[in-house]
Order: sequence, then C-alpha cells, then structure tokens
Amino acid sequence: MSETATPPVVRLEHIARAYHTGTVSIPAVRDITLEIQPRVFSVIVGPSGSGKTTLLNMIGCIDVPDSGRVEIRGEDVLRLSDNALADFRARTIGYVFQSFNLIPVLSAFENVEYPLLLLNVPAAERRRRTAAMLDAVGLAAQARQRPNELSGGQKQRVAIARALIKEPALVLADEPTANLDSVTGAAIIALMRRMQETFHTSFIFCTHDPRLMAEADQTFSIHDGMLL
Amino acid sequence: MLFRLAIRNISRNRRRSVMTASLVAMGALALLLFGAFTTYIFAGLETGLVQRGGHLAVYRSGYFLFGPGNPAAYGIDDYPAVMRGFGDDPVLRGMINAMTPTQAVVGIAGNFSGDTSASKTFFGIGLVGADQERMRQWNEHGASRPYVADDRLSDPNASRGVIGRGVARMLGLCGPLHVPNCPVPEAAAAPAATAAPLEPALADLAHEEQESQPAAGAVPQVQLLSATANGAPNIVSLDVAGVDTQPVKELDDNYVAMPLALAQQLVYGRGEHKVTGIVLQLHRTEDVPAARARLLSLIAERHLPLEVRDFQELNPFFVQVVGLFSLIFLFLALIMIVIVLFAVVNTMTMNVLERTAEIGTIRAMGVRRGSVRRLFLAEGAVLGALGAALGVVLAFIVIALVNHSGLQWMPPGNTDPVPFQLAWPTRPVLLLGTWLGLVLVATLATLPPANRAARSRIVDALRHV
Repeated sequence: MSETATPPVVRLEHIARAYHTGTVSIPAVRDITLEIQPRVFSVIVGPSGSGKTTLLNMIGCIDVPDSGRVEIRGEDVLRLSDNALADFRARTIGYVFQSFNLIPVLSAFENVEYPLLLLNVPAAERRRRTAAMLDAVGLAAQARQRPNELSGGQKQRVAIARALIKEPALVLADEPTANLDSVTGAAIIALMRRMQETFHTSFIFCTHDPRLMAEADQTFSIHDGMLL
Repeated sequence: MLFRLAIRNISRNRRRSVMTASLVAMGALALLLFGAFTTYIFAGLETGLVQRGGHLAVYRSGYFLFGPGNPAAYGIDDYPAVMRGFGDDPVLRGMINAMTPTQAVVGIAGNFSGDTSASKTFFGIGLVGADQERMRQWNEHGASRPYVADDRLSDPNASRGVIGRGVARMLGLCGPLHVPNCPVPEAAAAPAATAAPLEPALADLAHEEQESQPAAGAVPQVQLLSATANGAPNIVSLDVAGVDTQPVKELDDNYVAMPLALAQQLVYGRGEHKVTGIVLQLHRTEDVPAARARLLSLIAERHLPLEVRDFQELNPFFVQVVGLFSLIFLFLALIMIVIVLFAVVNTMTMNVLERTAEIGTIRAMGVRRGSVRRLFLAEGAVLGALGAALGVVLAFIVIALVNHSGLQWMPPGNTDPVPFQLAWPTRPVLLLGTWLGLVLVATLATLPPANRAARSRIVDALRHV
C-alpha cells in the first residue's frame, strides 16, 4: 500500500465478533484492524467459515462488532442511530449479492431506480440516471423485464447497476460470481472492473474465485477470524 | 411507489390474496346487508309511528306521566289559539307537514243491539280525519306501504269511527262488521263473560241513548260511556265503520277511534271543548330537535302550561327495537372483525416469512425499519380496501336482487305482511364506516407481522432461505 493523503474509505480498529449458540460462543472475527483506500478493487479471501462474510457485513454496516471501531469515510458508524445508519447505507454503500437479491415484483428498470427513490432524487433525474446505468451494463433492452425473465448474468448486471446507481463510495460484493457460469462470471468481473474505474468507487469482494483475486488491487486473507 | 409496490406484492400469491380479500368482502357484505336490513326496519317502524302519531306531541304539563288515567283533567285550554301560534311561527311553519288536535278518552264501550248486551272498557282517541289522512301519506324514507285513502273518520259524519279487532270481538261485532278470522264467542260464554257489567242505571242510560239515535241501517253502533271533566257520566253513540287492527293486543282490545268532536262531546259535554294533545308531523325527522326546541321556546315565551314529547318518548318500543338491532349489528361486526383479523394476520405473516431475504436486502440498501413496516401495512390496507370494495359491490347486487324478489314478511309492530325490502346502504356512517372500518382492521391486523419484518436483523434476514 502506498502512502496517500486521502483518508481511507474503510478503517477497522480491533474489531471482534462472535456468534452465540446457547452458552457456546463461536468467534467469527478476532481483533481485526485494517484500512482500505478509496477507489481500489479489494478482495477478502479465505476458506469457508473463516469469517470473511462477517467482516464484509460489518464493513457494510449491516452487522455490529462486539468490540472495536468501524469508520466508513471517516464516519464512526457504531455511533449512528438505526435510522441514521440506514440513511448512511442508502447514501454510501452499494451491495451485490451472491443470489442477486433483486426485488421480484419490480422490473429491471425499477430495481435499479429503487435506491434513488430512497434518496428522494427527483423523478426526471431518476429516470435519466437509471436509463444511463442500464445502458452502461448493457441491459437497456431488458429494462422492462422482471427478474424472473432475466438470465443469471443479466440479474447480476442489474444488481451491479443497482449498487452503482447512487454513485456510492463503497460497493460490497459477497461471492458475486459464485452462482454464475465461468463465461458469465468472467464477464461480470470485467464489468465490475470497468464500472469501478468509471465511477471511481471502492469495491470490496468476498470471493473464492481466482479470477476475481487476480483483478484485486488489495487482498486481505482471513483465516479463523484473523487476518493473515 | 409505496402503494404500487404494495399492490404488486399482494399479487405475488394471487390465490392467497384473493382468499383473504374474499373474506374481507364477506365481512363487508354481511355488515352492509344487516345494516341495510336494520335501516329498513327502523325506517318502516318510524314511518308507521310518525304516520299515526306524528313526530311531536304537545300536552298539558303532567299529561305524559299522569294524564292517560284521567285525560279530561289535562285538556289544553283554547287549543285553536295555541295551534295558530305554532302554525304562524316562521321557524316551525317550514318544518310542519301536519298539525292536528287529539282528544284521549277512557270509558266503557257497550253493544246493546238486538239480543246482544256486551260492554268493556276502552281507550279511545278523538281525531280529525282529514289531518290523519294527510299524516298517513308521510313517507320520508320511502318505507311506507302504498297509501290507500280511508274516509272512515271523515268529518262530515261526526259520529262514525273505527274500533280495534279485539274490541269488535268482545262486543260481538265481528259478524255485523264482517271481520274475517274473528271468532264469535260461544253462546254460553258470550258476551256477558267478556264484558264489564254496567251499573243498571248506566245500562238504562245506554239503552236510552241507543233508542234516541235514528235507525242507522246496517251500520253497527256502540255506546261509549265516560265521565265528563266535571265528573258526570256521559254517553255517545258511535257508528262503527270498521275495524282497525292494532299491532299490540292490549291496545287492539281497547282501541276506539272517533271524530274529535264526538270525543270532545263525550269528555266535555256542553263545557268548553279542549284537547289532550296537539300532534305535529314534520316533513323531516331530522328536524325533530330543532322543532322541539322552538316549541319549548314558544311555550316558555307565552307561559303556557304545556310539555312537548317526541315520538321516541311516546313509543319506547321503537327505541328498544333500535337498541336491540344495534346490539346485534355490533355483535356481528365484532365477529366479522375477528374473522378478518385472523385472515389478514395469517396472510401477512406468510408474506413476511416468504420475503424475509427481500426484507434484508432492502434494509441493507438503506430502507429504514419504519419504511419496511409501512410497506407491509400498505399491503394490508390495499387487501382490506379491495376486499371491502368488493363487498360493497356485492352488497348492492344482493340488495337489488332481494328488492326485486317479491319476498314478504311480517315486521315487528305490523299487522299484515309487507314486502321484504332492504334499504340501500347509502348512509355514510354505514357505507363508509364499513369500508373504512374493514380497511382499518386489515391494516391493524398487519401490524404484528409488519413489526416482525421491521425488527428482523439484516444479516439474519439475508441468510433466510
């Protein structure tokens, strides 16, 4: 990592997280401290059960560590109220899920448009930006189709478009190519790389996919809840 | 977007949503049909009572509580002037459809024609026939049977009246009056067994009165005996033009209606003719409070010893029927609410369970807990609104079918079968109340599953399969 004057987009300080089953406590993340710089393509790698998804969830402000400090774009997110945290996620973080997680009753266009609705973007601007984003991911022709009418690759393109439409500082993706065939997976990786460069957004992935690892600017290896 | 999303979400599992909306519709249908039925009952009862006794009655103070036992002591002095005062009042004038004096009278009625010698107590009323005919045409709610003119109490013949079927039966007049289905007492028991025996002197008086009357041809006569306001016995003959069956047996067994002048002659003799009541029938029932207030104001201004009673006070039966049906309606509404509540809770709980991962997704995207709650509440509200609207449409169709079916029934307080009709449930309190009530119930029923959805942890929801 080179020294830079720009503050990190993610800063974790001694975070720990354990899951509790009855009286048994299972540590998922143990005392992790890390920084991720803006506009980089980062991956978190590790075997199943190593704690990478838990780590990603805490970076994405959808899970809370038992101890430690989480800063996203300089904001101590653990001090935010539930509503403020929701608003923060709406503005700052985009998600791409392994199972796409599109809203089935909305068309591709409406799925992509949805985050802008949460930000109260005026309707005309919403429509313009959504159309442009769908065009950018190559799905202009499928705008009116619902998720069940799209292929896996198309769904993931919609998910990427949905994550990027609000131009977030951070896009988190948990195994984004796991449910795709190799050709489609490669295309999605290429698309994400291109979009990251276009929108100057920080991408953080959890993955087992070596092609994705090969694209990474920064790699974090995690094992038994600890960074190696 | 909220309601667009809600409508699309409830269309995901169409069969389940249709079943739930149908249950809501059945709830609305049941409430509206029962509401329509009770509205018709209330309108029919009110119409009958107002046609007979008007909306308001003005009595001498104390008459309502004590007068019926001795009406002669509660006459209204100079009643024509009092009526003029009411009729000329600019406020009341526009409200009044009819205003008529009445004279209550109690006494003994006897039939001493031919071999018959029967008598019994009676409760009579002296009326102005033309006014009564006008009142009988009142039909504000469209719930009246078709008007048929009745001249049996017409003024030109001041001694002609009608009696209750029970009076006719006990006085042995069913045969002469050709009353169908009216049993004649057996010879051994009749008619003395049913009659209150007259004092010999009074019986002689009755016979004399009957003999002094010109031969009335085929028209049966009864002799009415009462005490005048001065306490002296008085007697008049009444040509019985027919029977007027009363809905309550006790009344039917005592009812005698006669022209006002005859009743006054019986009660006041040669003294000043008064009346016991001034009946006012208004154009609209909703004017009763205003008209009553105005009457009381006029009475106070003129220092008249009068009191005002409305038709509900005079007919507690009406209030009881309204109360009974209202209670049944409330009970039915509670049952419907419980059914709708359980149906919607079940449906929305299933919806929340099936969409747990989706809830996690939108929460991760920045949707607040409150917005998740609102989304599900909107779905419940849409389900309720669609179901209740369907129920309203069905109710109107069923009412139209019933009203054209030609069914008949015997409502309480009636003496003859009438067409079975349902009132159109256009009263806002019934129509909007039912619709809004069910929407509210459906929305509230969604609250527990909506809260569950809103409270779920994002990571747990995202892991849900």
